[in-house]
Amino acid sequence: MLLRDWRAGELRILALALVVAVASVTSVGFFADRVRQSLTREAHQLLGADLAMIADHPWPQSVSDEIARRGLRLAESTGFTSMARAREQAQLVAVKAVSGGYPLRGKLRIAAGLNLTDAETDAVPQPGSIWIDERLALALALTVGDTLELGAIKLSVGAILTLEPDRGVSFFNIAPRLMMNLADVSATGLVQTGSRVWYQLLAAGPREAVEAFELWVTPRLGRGESLQSLSNARPEIRATFERAQKFVGLTSLLAVVLAAVAISLATRRYTQRHLDGCAVMRCAGASQRQLFGLFAGEFAALGALAGAAGCIAGYLVQFAIAGLVAELVAVPLPQPTLLPALQGFLIGLALLLGFALPPLLQLKHVPALRVIRRDLGPPRERALAAYGAGLTVIAALLVWQAGEARLGIIVLGGFGAAFVVFGGIAFGALHVLGGATRVAGLTWRYGLANLRRRAATNTVQVLALALGLTALLLLSFTRGDLLATWKAKIPADAPNRFIVNIQPEQRALLLEFFRDHGIALPQTYPMVRGRYVAVNGAPVEAQRFDAREQRLIEREFNLSYMDAIPGHNRIIAGRGFSTDDRVEGALSVEEGIARSLGWKLGDRLSWQVAGQTFSAPIVSVRKLDWDSMQVNFFVIATPGLLAGAATSYITSFHLPQAQAQFTNRLSQRFPNMTVVDMSAILRQAQSVLEQVIRAVQLVFLFAVGAGILVLYSALLATRDERVQEAAVMRALGASRSQVLAAQRAEFVALGLLAGLLAAAGATAIGFLIARQVFEFAPEVNHWVWLAGPLLGVACVAVNMVAGARAALNRPPLIALREV
Amino acid sequence: MPGEAVAVVGASGSGKSTLLGLLAGLDIPSAGSVALDGRDLFSLDEDGRAALRSKLLGFVFQSFHLLPALNATENVMLPLELAGDRDAAAHAVALLERVGLGARLRHYPRTLSGGEQQRVALARAFVTRPKLLLADEPTGNLDPATGAAIIDLIFELNAERGTTLVLVTHDEMLARRCMRLIRLAGGRLEKN
Repeated sequence: MLLRDWRAGELRILALALVVAVASVTSVGFFADRVRQSLTREAHQLLGADLAMIADHPWPQSVSDEIARRGLRLAESTGFTSMARAREQAQLVAVKAVSGGYPLRGKLRIAAGLNLTDAETDAVPQPGSIWIDERLALALALTVGDTLELGAIKLSVGAILTLEPDRGVSFFNIAPRLMMNLADVSATGLVQTGSRVWYQLLAAGPREAVEAFELWVTPRLGRGESLQSLSNARPEIRATFERAQKFVGLTSLLAVVLAAVAISLATRRYTQRHLDGCAVMRCAGASQRQLFGLFAGEFAALGALAGAAGCIAGYLVQFAIAGLVAELVAVPLPQPTLLPALQGFLIGLALLLGFALPPLLQLKHVPALRVIRRDLGPPRERALAAYGAGLTVIAALLVWQAGEARLGIIVLGGFGAAFVVFGGIAFGALHVLGGATRVAGLTWRYGLANLRRRAATNTVQVLALALGLTALLLLSFTRGDLLATWKAKIPADAPNRFIVNIQPEQRALLLEFFRDHGIALPQTYPMVRGRYVAVNGAPVEAQRFDAREQRLIEREFNLSYMDAIPGHNRIIAGRGFSTDDRVEGALSVEEGIARSLGWKLGDRLSWQVAGQTFSAPIVSVRKLDWDSMQVNFFVIATPGLLAGAATSYITSFHLPQAQAQFTNRLSQRFPNMTVVDMSAILRQAQSVLEQVIRAVQLVFLFAVGAGILVLYSALLATRDERVQEAAVMRALGASRSQVLAAQRAEFVALGLLAGLLAAAGATAIGFLIARQVFEFAPEVNHWVWLAGPLLGVACVAVNMVAGARAALNRPPLIALREV
Repeated sequence: MPGEAVAVVGASGSGKSTLLGLLAGLDIPSAGSVALDGRDLFSLDEDGRAALRSKLLGFVFQSFHLLPALNATENVMLPLELAGDRDAAAHAVALLERVGLGARLRHYPRTLSGGEQQRVALARAFVTRPKLLLADEPTGNLDPATGAAIIDLIFELNAERGTTLVLVTHDEMLARRCMRLIRLAGGRLEKN
């Protein structure tokens, strides 16, 4: 019976829909599982130890002593960004300086040169030498043995660093990496006032000793100090990963929703086809239970097979996802567990129960009297009640994937709204098109008339295809437009370089350097590191805030001081600094951080700077134009509050293309200053975005696939009608090409409508994003209006071929006899 | 003979509808030939047979076989449009009025009664002025009164237009209204 029903077609659609749905979810699930394992099970490698302590200031000696006293192994590392120079070229690098014994877990891998075989090593760079990664080697054309200048010293390239286990999964690699010996750091002269440096202590040893030390050190952790153990390694990466996985997981559910539609359409036709057979079996004495068991068994077997095939397909596709984001995930990922497969199976089962079961249940209610009176059928249940279970399943899936009820309900509402809006527009458009009977040409008139006749089924088809295509168009065209328009919004002469770590005594020399090179003198701004400690006299409780705000509170702020608010800042509440403010002290804060940390106009904020505490009221809230590429500060104080504190300076300036060498000369003249190339960072950020979007596009292809299945299942549902109508036309004298043309007209109109709807949807969503997120007026992209309809027609090509074959593969006489 | 009315009768399964289908070239026999207006039907390909049907034949089916997406006028226009007639609409309207459906021109088949649907089918069959009209149990799905009215209409139109009529029926009374009677049994001609 399975084989016979397979040939009929509905079971093929059912199976394919299950495969697509399960593959969509499991492809994301398998990849996420691999990354999660890398973050969790490989935590000790991620840390390079059993326990890592990170601070924004040097650790007290007492902590290192305690680690040694407890018999644990100890290693240290320090990190900062700086400029490295070789052969008159300068490059921003991420420096990690390590002590002997690093890493305490996992192994570094090095090679004797680029593209040579690498090997594990227990060593670290010797004093006087460095290990560089491939990016840096290429950027400065370095080979092993070459010399590189870092700060005030020259270092020899000892090896190419191919694997740093505790670099792990890192989504933003702004700069290439360089590893050096900890003993060389002070000689570089790069760690100065205002430098942003992290200090890390690593510990490893017997589990009990590590846990005991963790218990000892945790209550002693101060501001700017944090501890990571095996259970919470790299929280910032975990948070980013969890958010990404949640988003991509939700997008993969679009394919599940569309697959559910295909399954319900296919099962409905299946039950229609079996009504007579069931009536005969009831006459022969079959019970309701026997009838139901027969069909349910068939569907269960098919569901299991399709679920397995979907899991395999998902497993294969996740390799493609991994390949697309390979640059973001810098370490080999472990094999996935079977958990995503189990989840995929459960989703397949849920789809069957929710969307195939309601129509199947009707089969057991077929009256035996149908053998005599063919107009009799099973009682027609209300669609909403019948599919209530299915809709509940979909809602539950969304909430489960979202990880929280609120987000799940928002996404469910979003899907629902999309269905209603798209469905309403499609239904209306089909009626308008179907009424266009004055269109010249019989074939088009017949095709369009059929659109309106099968309006309900066609609406579902257009809706399913349009949703999948909208996502693809949004990610392909609109995304590019948004980024391009945003970049174009930045003035041509906007600053494209930042200089940090300018020491006070270097300001005048720096400005003279600019003058000598004929580059417009930039404005320099003072920068003081300070820690937020209290508001209105009450100490700050970081644990009251979300993870992101907690990190903001824990780390030091870059405060600045000036007599007046800079011109590129817009005051949206309060006022500029008055004379009294400059005497008594006042603060101006940025609106976003004020909202995040609950600051209001008039609040008195307390800050700790180099052991001294001061407090001042907020007298203004500012809105910043981040796109201006100017130097911006979250918190600006009046000079009287900070002028005596240890200060470094920061500036931004526009470097003309023709003077690209200026950066190298500046770095040679002022080795302690770091020059950040904003255009390079923007390119890096765009590259990250491109990779992630490509992976998401791959997931959305499943949704398009499911949309095509909906089309095909609707075609199947109307196949008998189409065959008969084609036979009538042929009997009346229509040639084969005329019959095909009429069928094609209907499908092409469907595909065009779906494509146009998708183009409209992508444009509307892009418009909203441009206005609400990027805050600019988007430009109209004409290409999306061409691509959408073309893609829509391409998707219905499957239907056209299948429909043509169905309509013409039987002699008209046979088709006409089948009523 | 041109203008002749021929009845094909026989028990169920005797091959009446199959014969009709072969006469129209809607199926291909395993042996034998059919000459239609002097042309060997099965020496033509599928499109050739369709073209010949378009020029020479009209059909009336037991199940009406109107296209549900088209209204009454559009259904009747269909064979004319397939043949490339530019005045299809005018001809269709005229014939619908002739069969008494002047007030139902824009109605769709689902809103027409069985008798009305068969009238539309008759109009469609005669609109191309076919030389040969093939009617397969035209009253099979109609009640006796409606069926009788339809039969009267068939013979009226037939006489008006001089069409040759081949009528498949199991109704002996109806068969006697035709000039010639062909009886089939087991796929073979029993009586002519």
